[in-house]
Amino acid sequence: MKILSSIYNIAGYILVFVCLNHTINAQQADSSQLQLNMDAVYNRPFLQTGSFPVAIGGYVEAQGEYFVSDGISEGVSFKIPRMTLFVSSTIIERIKFLSEIEFEEGTKEINIEFAALDFEFHPLLNFRGGIIMNPIGAFNQNHDGPKWEFVDRPISATTIIPATFSNVGFGFHGKTYQKQWVWAYEAYVTNGFDDQIIANNKGRTWLPAAKENEDRFEDNFNAIPLITLKTAIRHRKIGEIGFSWMGDVYNKYEEDGVVLDQKRRLDVLAIDWNTSAIKNLNITGEWVWAFVEVPATYSQQFGSQQQGGFIDFVYTILKREMLGWEKASINLALRLEHVDYNIGSFEETGGNIHDDVQAIVPALSFRPSSQTVVRANYRYLWETDLLGNPAAKTAGFQIGISSYF
Amino acid sequence: MANIKSQILLVICFVSSVHYGCDEVFPEAPVENELLDGPMEGLSFSEQNQFLVGDIAFNDEIFTPESGLGPMFVATSCGSCHPGDGKGHPFTTLTRFGQTSPGQSTNLAVGAPQLQNRAIPGFEPEKLPDGVPFMKFTPPAVTGLGFLAALTDQQILENVDSLDEDGDGISGVPNYVTPPSYFEQKSIHEPISDKIIGRFGKKAAAIDLLQQTVGAYNQDMGITSTFEPIDPYSQLSTDPEVSDQTIRDVVFYLRTLKAPIPRSEENTVVLQGKSIFTEIQCASCHIPEWTTPESDITALSNKTFYPYTDLLLHDMGPELDDGVTEGSAETFEWRTPPLWGLGLSPDSQGGEFFLMHDGRAKSIEEAILMHGGEANDSRINFKQLNETNKQKLLTFLKAL
Repeated sequence: MKILSSIYNIAGYILVFVCLNHTINAQQADSSQLQLNMDAVYNRPFLQTGSFPVAIGGYVEAQGEYFVSDGISEGVSFKIPRMTLFVSSTIIERIKFLSEIEFEEGTKEINIEFAALDFEFHPLLNFRGGIIMNPIGAFNQNHDGPKWEFVDRPISATTIIPATFSNVGFGFHGKTYQKQWVWAYEAYVTNGFDDQIIANNKGRTWLPAAKENEDRFEDNFNAIPLITLKTAIRHRKIGEIGFSWMGDVYNKYEEDGVVLDQKRRLDVLAIDWNTSAIKNLNITGEWVWAFVEVPATYSQQFGSQQQGGFIDFVYTILKREMLGWEKASINLALRLEHVDYNIGSFEETGGNIHDDVQAIVPALSFRPSSQTVVRANYRYLWETDLLGNPAAKTAGFQIGISSYF
Repeated sequence: MANIKSQILLVICFVSSVHYGCDEVFPEAPVENELLDGPMEGLSFSEQNQFLVGDIAFNDEIFTPESGLGPMFVATSCGSCHPGDGKGHPFTTLTRFGQTSPGQSTNLAVGAPQLQNRAIPGFEPEKLPDGVPFMKFTPPAVTGLGFLAALTDQQILENVDSLDEDGDGISGVPNYVTPPSYFEQKSIHEPISDKIIGRFGKKAAAIDLLQQTVGAYNQDMGITSTFEPIDPYSQLSTDPEVSDQTIRDVVFYLRTLKAPIPRSEENTVVLQGKSIFTEIQCASCHIPEWTTPESDITALSNKTFYPYTDLLLHDMGPELDDGVTEGSAETFEWRTPPLWGLGLSPDSQGGEFFLMHDGRAKSIEEAILMHGGEANDSRINFKQLNETNKQKLLTFLKAL
């Protein structure tokens, strides 16, 4: 009986794996189905064997690059930006757990990016608690390397929205379907930002500085929670659009009952979209605005408004059996990026404050399957300083691989 | 098959557009004479290493409240005042006040000698006391300072003509200043009554690059050091917030930055403009050529360079008298600023010119017309030039 039970278990696990795998492949191959960016956290290939009660998976990225900045090159370099492990488990019916642990640049940084329990009461009402990825924009939740044709992550998604940005907290999410449509929402309260966002050695308002706070998974910096809300809607044939907001008071305004400063808010708004309405062409993008209350007597180099975004065009030029891989594809892609870290004008002259970045990234990728990508990028970047002096120009080639495993 | 061909063609078009769509595949280095930053030629490997360490401290180290910034400050890094080692922008203009006549104490007003007009969150910046006269200083370019620092006091004194004995209307006097406690006297200095000739700053109130650097860390960024341990906010001594080594590295960096390289030197118009520059007596104060003596840095020894300054104070007339001063300078006296790198100023000032000591001149021509006092004759001579010759002169100045 035990043997029979084990066989059933193994068969069951294989079936689950195949189904999940199929789901991923289907999502990659047929974007017309009703998966949203918010589903990305579970929409990954997992492997489960034997009676082992958990499923595991992960992805790895590695790359080589050669860049030249204003005629000066640092030479060729190779790096492994990240290797990520997923562990998931359905504890009992409608209660599941997933964690995502990331090793960045070898073991330079080890982060728990996601470790949350989901309780499903109704498709429209799921409770999630633990370390969650704040649903701001789309990239923060849907950031797995193998899904993208580009070696580098989008600038706005990593420097305005500090992807991957996750915090400890709780909240609800849910979705509902209506014929061709699906609508979803997410709402969480979590620990949030701190005053390093305007007191950092980048010399600009820099939301990623909040990730330097090693205590953020055990202590809320100022006791006011960060609220993150997102809603998204998707049409099977048209695509998806999402609107999200997160905001809180970021500074330490009080300690031990002593008032230290006035409360200063941070608000981030984002809009994201993706569409496959045109055959063989996927268009994905995100635009974000950040509003930060900066003391008027502080330096204007720390902007009170930022904005930026990217748009990716991915065109599949060939999809057929290649080199023995049945569903291999070759894709052409182009990413356009813009970030303005400081929207405003100088009090002294009335002139525009610059501090902005533009990038254009043409790319060519080969996918033996939807889970693995070999990509070649050419990247040209213009960076203008605060004063608007001639832009520093950087360009180079990147070759990278990324795959789920 | 036709479909595959068309797709291959698409790839070729795509790759070609990448190649030709940009000006160049890899951005080329700007022409050397279009850049102000970079080391001088002839440094040894160990000197290049120290230059690089100083470069990072000067341009990349941004202070935060955690690393000592403020609480009151003007700028968060050296590089924010001197972008690309060039002239600064009104955004980081300094306000100086407190001394209204030569030889007075610099701290006659609360908060003097410099206004810290910014503060870290939770603190209030300094406010200028009511009715106190003040002057604004646009940060200068820092390139080539090592050459000026290498000159001997005797070389500077050779151009002094305080009684205008040659009758050219130009006098020129040194600013004798009381050295700070950490001053390290060298063979180039010739003290008089324990005072030393200043050669850096708008009023030539800083004797050497160590004093200039220590002062900038302290007064501009609120960073204390063992050299200057008094915090401008509390007026009390604090633990050093920058190491002696970093200060020394920055001083070395400033000493070994290359001199600005003139452009289009052989151009006929530039050469004609250079002649006009001398003819209308600009060169009487903006002395073109100097040669360094022996230096502890071999690359600085016995080098001829072209800063266009005499490092002396001159009466610039009542229009440029802000009613404030430093050291032994009169309120209407200003040190002749070096003109090298003048044409590259817009590349560090956000595409515009902000000239004269406080950036009030928006063009070179405006700056010339603001010269008064001892420079009044030169101003009149400039006004009398025909338009062609004016343009030749301006072309020459932009080529510096």
